[in-house]
Amino acid sequence: MKIKYLNIKKIEGPLIILDGVKDASFDEMVEIEVEGQEVRKGKVVQIDRNRAIIQVFEGTTGMSLNNTRISFAGRPLEIPLSKDILGRVFNGIGEPLDGAPLFSGKKYDIHGRAMNPVARLYPRNFIQTGISAIDGLTTLIRGQKLPIFSGDGLPHNELAAQIVRQAQITEGEGENFAIVFAAMGIKHGEADFFRRSFQQSGVLKKVVMYQNLADDPIIERITTPRCALTAAEYLAFEEDMHVLVILTNITSYCEALREISASREEVPSRKGYPGYLYSDLATLYERAGMIKGKKGSITQIPILTMPNDDITHPVPDLTGYITEGQIILSRDLHQRGIYPPINVLPSLSRLMKDGIGEGFTREDHPDVSSQVFSAYSRVQEIRSLAQVIGEDELSDTDKKYLEFGNEFEKQFVRQNYDENRNLMDTLDIMWELLKILPKSELTRVKPEHIEKYMEA
Amino acid sequence: MSNVGKIIMINGPVVKAENMEGFTMREMVLVGEKKLIGEIISINEGIATIQVYEETVGLKAGEAIYPTNKPLSVKLGPGIIGNIFDGIERPLMDIFDKGGDYIPEGIGLTSIDLHRKWKVKINVPVGQELKAGAIFGEVQESPVVRHKLMIPPDKWGKVIFAEKDGEYDLEHVLLILDDGVNKNEIKMYQEWPVRIPRPVTKRNPISKLLVTGQRVIDTFFPLAKGGTAAIPGGFGTGKTSAQHQLAKWSDADIIVYVGCGERGNEMTEVLEDFPKLKDPRNGQPLMNRTVLIANTSNMPVAAREASIYTGITIAEYYRDMGYNIALMADSTSRWAEALREISGRLEEMPAEEGYPAYLPSRIGQFYERAGDVKTLSGEEGSITIIGAVSPPGGDFSEPVTQNTKRVVGTFLALDRALAYSRHYPAINWINSYTGYVDDLRDWYRGNVSEHMLELREKMLGILGEEHKLMEIVKLVGEDILPDDQRLILEISKVLKTGYLQQNSFHELDANVSLKKQYNMLRVIDRLYEKALAAVKKGVPISLIREEKLFYDIISMKYNVPEDDEAAFDRYIEQIDIYFDPLVSQYDKGGIRYEDKVSEH
Repeated sequence: MKIKYLNIKKIEGPLIILDGVKDASFDEMVEIEVEGQEVRKGKVVQIDRNRAIIQVFEGTTGMSLNNTRISFAGRPLEIPLSKDILGRVFNGIGEPLDGAPLFSGKKYDIHGRAMNPVARLYPRNFIQTGISAIDGLTTLIRGQKLPIFSGDGLPHNELAAQIVRQAQITEGEGENFAIVFAAMGIKHGEADFFRRSFQQSGVLKKVVMYQNLADDPIIERITTPRCALTAAEYLAFEEDMHVLVILTNITSYCEALREISASREEVPSRKGYPGYLYSDLATLYERAGMIKGKKGSITQIPILTMPNDDITHPVPDLTGYITEGQIILSRDLHQRGIYPPINVLPSLSRLMKDGIGEGFTREDHPDVSSQVFSAYSRVQEIRSLAQVIGEDELSDTDKKYLEFGNEFEKQFVRQNYDENRNLMDTLDIMWELLKILPKSELTRVKPEHIEKYMEA
Repeated sequence: MSNVGKIIMINGPVVKAENMEGFTMREMVLVGEKKLIGEIISINEGIATIQVYEETVGLKAGEAIYPTNKPLSVKLGPGIIGNIFDGIERPLMDIFDKGGDYIPEGIGLTSIDLHRKWKVKINVPVGQELKAGAIFGEVQESPVVRHKLMIPPDKWGKVIFAEKDGEYDLEHVLLILDDGVNKNEIKMYQEWPVRIPRPVTKRNPISKLLVTGQRVIDTFFPLAKGGTAAIPGGFGTGKTSAQHQLAKWSDADIIVYVGCGERGNEMTEVLEDFPKLKDPRNGQPLMNRTVLIANTSNMPVAAREASIYTGITIAEYYRDMGYNIALMADSTSRWAEALREISGRLEEMPAEEGYPAYLPSRIGQFYERAGDVKTLSGEEGSITIIGAVSPPGGDFSEPVTQNTKRVVGTFLALDRALAYSRHYPAINWINSYTGYVDDLRDWYRGNVSEHMLELREKMLGILGEEHKLMEIVKLVGEDILPDDQRLILEISKVLKTGYLQQNSFHELDANVSLKKQYNMLRVIDRLYEKALAAVKKGVPISLIREEKLFYDIISMKYNVPEDDEAAFDRYIEQIDIYFDPLVSQYDKGGIRYEDKVSEH
C-alpha cells in the first residue's frame, strides 16, 4: 500500500511543495490525484529534509491545498517501448494519443545516461540528402547531430521534410530505418505539415511522433525530446535501425526550461535562461551517435528558430557549441526567392572532413568545396564594395566574382522542393561554376583535378 | 569510520548533509547507498555541502555520507600514458567493462590498474639517503615514455630495504625509507590531492620554444615551453581542430588532453586517430605519449570542474620526471560554467554574468601551475597550458575570455570571418599576441636563424599595413591605391594563402619544421623586395603580379618536402630571373637596388 500525502504546503506555477515526506528520491516520478479522480504526473526536483519540491507535468490548474493527494512511484519517468511504436503518435510523457494501448514488456528511463566515449564509434559514412548545399558543402554524416538554425517564417520545415524524404540513411541496407519526430511547442499546422509530408513520401509507418504542441502543458515540453531520444536509442541500438531524429523547435524547448527555472527562483544566467542550459541541451544532443558493435545509428536534425535572427542568442549559441556543425538559413536569400535559403558560409559540418574525399565521396570533394567557400566569401566582400563604388568601377576579376556569386546562388543553392540531386551532379555543378573565375584564382584545387574535372 | 553523515537536501549535483562535524573541507566522501563520489565544498555548523561527481537520480534524503579521510586525489603511477579517464581519473575502459555502452553511477573509485605487473629497475642501494621527490627507479611505461619512479614529495629518509629488479604490481613495496621517526613504504604509485600544486625546487625563466609545426603559431605567435596560451573563438572557428593539431605535432614529450564539457565524438576521434598517427620525431604512434581526460558535455557537471585539476596534476607528476608536458584544456569555458552552475545551486552571490566572484582567482591559479621548473630531483621539466575558451556569441568581452587574457602569455584569437572563408587555422593575426618573443630571441637565433625574428616583424608589419589599407579598399576599391600599397596587398595575399593558411590534411603541410618556415619566409621576402624595387622603378603592378610566379610561391607549401632546402633557392632564382630583366628595362638611370634582408 502506497502512502498518499495530503499535506501540500504551497502551489506555485507548475511546482508543488510538499512537507512531511519520507523516503522520496531525487528525480523520482509522482502521481497526483486531484479531486479524487483525475491523475496527473510529476517529478521530484528538489529534496530538502522532509520537504519535496515536485514539478507537475500537466499543470497545477484546479489543485488546492486540500483536494490533492500525492503518491511516490519509487522510480524516475519510464516509458514502455517496443517495435509497436512505429507509425504511432504519443504525447510528451510517452502516452499514446491514438487511444490504443501499447504492448511492451520493457520500460526505459527517459533520461538515458551519458554514452561512454570509449564505446562510441566515430561517424564516417556520408548520407546523401539530394540537396546540393548540404551534400557538397556541409555534408551530413550518419550518426551526426546537425541542427538547422532558422528564423521565424523561413522554410525550415520544408527543408527538414525534404531531408527526411530524400536522405539515403541506410545506404543500400534496405528498409531498416526509422524516423523519430519530436514536436515541442510547434503549431498544430506545422505538426500537420510534417504528418502529411511523411504520408506523401510513404514513410508514415516508419515514423514515431512525440508531440507537445504550442497549447500543451509546457512542463511536458521538457520530457518530449527525452521520450523521443529514448525511443530512438531503443530502435537504433536494440532493433539495429538507422534512426533520423527531428527535434523541433528547440527554441520553444529552451523557453519552457526558462519558465520552469524562473518559477523555481533559480539564479538566471544570460537572457534569463538557467545557468545549466548548456548541460541540459548537451544531454539531448549528445544522444546522437553510433556505438561500437551495434548496427544502428542515431542522426539528429534539431531545428531552432533564432529570435530576431540573432545567432549570438543563447539558444543557437549554446547549440552550436555542442552540435557537430549547423545549417543556417538566410532571410536575405529567402526574400530573393531562393529555396532552400541555405547560407553556406556560416554553415558547417564538422564531421565532413572525415567522411568525404577519396574512398568516401569523390577525390576532388574536399578541395573543390574549400575553393567554393573561399570564392563565395570573396563574393561577399566584393558585393559590399560594389554597393559603395558601384559595379562598373570593379576590377575585371571582381566582376567575375560577382557573376560567380549570382550563378552559385541560382544554379547551386537553389533547387526545387522535390528535386533530388545526386552527389556527382552536385560536384560537377561546382566545377562548372568555378569556370567563371580566372584560373589563377583557383589556389585551393589541385591542377590535376582542374584538368580532370573542369576541363574534361 | 564512526562518523557518518545524513543527507538532508538534494538539488541536482549539490547535496547537503547533517552530522558532518568530523569531516574536513575538500574531503572526498561517498554519498548514499550507491556510494557516489563527492567532495565537500563547505561546512557550516555540522551541515556540509557536497558536490557529487555522478548523477544523483534516485538519491534519497536520509541516506548516509561516508568519509574517506582524504581530499580528492588521484593515483599517480605507471598505466596513465595511452589511457582515457573521466574527470576524477577513473579509466573509461574500466567503466566500459563494468557498465557497458553508457556510464552508470556508483561504479566506485577505480583508478589506474593496481594489479598490472610492470618490469621495474631499482637504482638505489640500501643505506642511501633519499630526499623528497628523488628518483629511485624506472619502468618502461610505453615505447616512448620511461616512467621514473619517485619518492612522494612528502616522504624522505634512508633506504633500509630495496627490492630487487623484477616484475611487480603497483601495490608491491619497492623501498622502505626510515626518516628517523617513521618507516615509510614506497610503492610504484603515489597519491596526490588534485587541488594542490606539486612542489618544485625552483621556477626557471622561459627560454625554449614549444615547436608546434604550425606556421602562424611558430613564426608569429609562438608558444613557450612552460608558458600559457589561450585559444578563444566562437563555435565553428576551429578551437578543437587547433587543439588537436597542437596535440599531434607539438614537440612536447607528453600530451595531456582534457576534453572538458565538449563533444563525445571528439574524444572518440582522438581515440581512433592517435594510435594510427606517427610522431614525426620517433615514428611511434602518438597515443604512446598521450593521456586523455574526458568529461563530455553530457557527463556530470561537477566532475567537469574537477577534470581540469586531474589533468594538471597528472601533468605535474610527469613534469617531475623531467619531461616537457603540453596540457590542452578544451574548453576552459565549460569548466567556468560548471563553477557557475554549482555556485548557483549554492545560492552564492553572483558577480559578472552569474559567474562566482572567485572565477578570476581560480583561472589565475590554474594557469600558474604551468611553468619551466627545476624539479625536486633536480631534473628540468615544463608544463605548457593551452586552454580553449568558448565565449558566448564569439564575444571576447565576456568574463572568462577577459580573465584568461590577463594571465596567459600567448593569445591566439580565432576569427569567424576567416573560418567562414575556410581560412584555417582561423587565427587572426591582428588580434592575437604573444609575450614570449623576447624570452625566445636567443632560442630562435640558436636554432633557426639570426634573421627569423627580423623577418617575422617585417611580415607582421606588412600584414598590419594591409589591415589598414583594407579599410580604404572596402570604401573605394583597390584600383585607387598607389602601386607600392597595392604591392602590400598582393604580398599579404601571398602570406595569407601561401603561409598563414595551413592544410591539416595535406601530407607535406600538416606539420612544418621551423627550418622550412624560415625558408618559406625567405622566398616571400625576396619576392617582396624584388617587387618593391621594381615598383620604385615604375614597373606597373600588372606586370609585377606575374600569375605563374605568384601561383608557384603560394603553392610551395604543397610542393617542397621537409628536407629539400635547395628547392627554396630555386624559387629565389625564379624570382630573380623574372624581376631582374624587368627592372633593368625600366632602370634607365642604372641605380642598383639595395638588398636588405634577402641577401642573407
